[in-house]
Amino acid sequence: MSTIPASPLAKIGAVHQVKTWWMMIRISLEERLAYRGDFALGTLMRFLPIITQIFLWGAIFNAVAAQSGNDENNPPMLGGYALPDMVAYFLLTMIARAFSSMPGLASGIASQVRQGEIKKYLIQPVDLISFLLCTRIAHKLAYYVVATLPFAFVFFLCRGFFTEGFPPPAYFIAFLGSLVMGFMIGFFLEATIGMISFWLLEVNSLLLIFMLFSFFLSGHMFPLSLLPPDIEWFVNLLPLKYLAYFPAAIFLQKIPEDELATEMAIEAGWVVFFIIVCRWMYERGLKRYSGFGG
Amino acid sequence: MPIIDVRDLTKSYRVFRKREGLVESVRGLFRRQYTEIAAVRGINLQVEAGEFVAFLGPNGAGKTTTLKLLSGVINPSGGQATVMGYVPWERSNEYRRRFALVMGQKNQLWWDLPAQESYRLHQQIYGVQPDRFKARLDELTDLLDVTKLLGQPVRELSLGERMKMELIAALLHSPEVLFLDEPTIGLDVIAQHNIQKFLRFYQEKHKITILLTSHYMKDVAALCKRVVIVAGGLVQYDGSLAGIVDKFSGKKIVTLQFADGDEPSNLARLGTVLDTHWPKVKISIARTDVPRVLAETLRDYAIEDVSVEDPPLEDVIADLFHQVS
Repeated sequence: MSTIPASPLAKIGAVHQVKTWWMMIRISLEERLAYRGDFALGTLMRFLPIITQIFLWGAIFNAVAAQSGNDENNPPMLGGYALPDMVAYFLLTMIARAFSSMPGLASGIASQVRQGEIKKYLIQPVDLISFLLCTRIAHKLAYYVVATLPFAFVFFLCRGFFTEGFPPPAYFIAFLGSLVMGFMIGFFLEATIGMISFWLLEVNSLLLIFMLFSFFLSGHMFPLSLLPPDIEWFVNLLPLKYLAYFPAAIFLQKIPEDELATEMAIEAGWVVFFIIVCRWMYERGLKRYSGFGG
Repeated sequence: MPIIDVRDLTKSYRVFRKREGLVESVRGLFRRQYTEIAAVRGINLQVEAGEFVAFLGPNGAGKTTTLKLLSGVINPSGGQATVMGYVPWERSNEYRRRFALVMGQKNQLWWDLPAQESYRLHQQIYGVQPDRFKARLDELTDLLDVTKLLGQPVRELSLGERMKMELIAALLHSPEVLFLDEPTIGLDVIAQHNIQKFLRFYQEKHKITILLTSHYMKDVAALCKRVVIVAGGLVQYDGSLAGIVDKFSGKKIVTLQFADGDEPSNLARLGTVLDTHWPKVKISIARTDVPRVLAETLRDYAIEDVSVEDPPLEDVIADLFHQVS
């Protein structure tokens, strides 16, 4: 059966698509800035853990030094990290996590599915994943605008911990690239978990398990080189390290220069993998949802 | 060719039967019993372009399910439907640019932002040209009298104002088909009236096709010439509002005013007595019996006044819903 011809609307092409994404980012940014107080507080709270980390690792290194008989010329090392490296490492994972952490993404998708708000994306000519990505980019941008100054200030205070100084250009570019890809992996990985809500409705327990693993295996808790070699080998195969460990290790030049390109390529592979998995889960989930109701 | 063409549409849900109590809940973790619930059992409906059709029915009759099917939110279990020639559940962008769905209990607008921000996003998503967008927005805000509220965060608006804003969002891209699911739910009488007035005016001016579900008979009476009654997942009636009474009620309400002192001994003999306010009596009488009963009554008693009316529409529909369920 033929369709009834439409009255002329604007041409829908690639330019229109990009403009739509830009508009989504702009509006999410505006929405984000509507909550000024909560936002500023959330930003500042992020710096608290670093203080405990400095004290904790200071104590650990002191204990190790006391055991090995306090040699001034030969400071204790853990997994290839001396105390200043360790503090620098945690400062850097803080940056990495500012890119890769996605608070509320999976649970947000789950609540939209459960409460039927997902309908909006089915009746309007928009794609849910693009929309969520734009919103998340906006959230991150807003965060960076507010957090840049405090971050710069903390790094300035802690500049003494960066014993190797600023990394050479190749490392720095790789560092930036790993942050952006870390954002992508974080987003598509957590969005995929959110898509599971099409089957389970509630994903909070699942998310908790994921966060627990992620906390240890992403390098958020300690540098992965501290793990026993067999386990480290296995953890290195997982994509979780890109969420925290990897960018920090690049900045501190803990990854040999000749392995850098390969490592980056593998990370890019993971990005593509999670984009595909997320999309596939969404398509399958929608079929289930629309077959089921809601 | 009808703009909405629905043939033998069915939709059943598989629902997990949760039994009462903790033990049963634990058992439910391992063995689940599912039941098929048929929400729509074979709906047939043809709507021509420019019609304003009301969907009436008790809760759970399948009205909203039908609207969800027609807007492509869910897939049917069987049957066919096209809207403007598109199969809704294929969800083509072309189709989605040409219709809109407004649900009285769901929000489309950004809660913390002024409505005009959401509208700008809609303009972009639907690809509405800037000059056209401006003209549409001016027309709609003017008609609904909300120009001053455009810059106010949506969360600060009243329910009625929010519904107006939702309607504007749905109409900005000039949809040719509009699905309205309980648009006046929870609104006060004045707000209801305003929304009705707007819908009537807009539909007459732009000749769009509207399918409306509502529990308020006043909405329906004010807006729709054609009424489709859905109950038990089937179309029970399709015709004019006035026709409902003819078809489903075999009764007339006869009010008699007796002359003083002349009290009849056995009123129940005439029909079902609904109300007695002596000397006035309201009796429900089978339509075919009316002439005979009236003739007898006028012959036997001194009557000062007589009126014969159809029973109220609400009552007829309530009876009908009751029978079907």
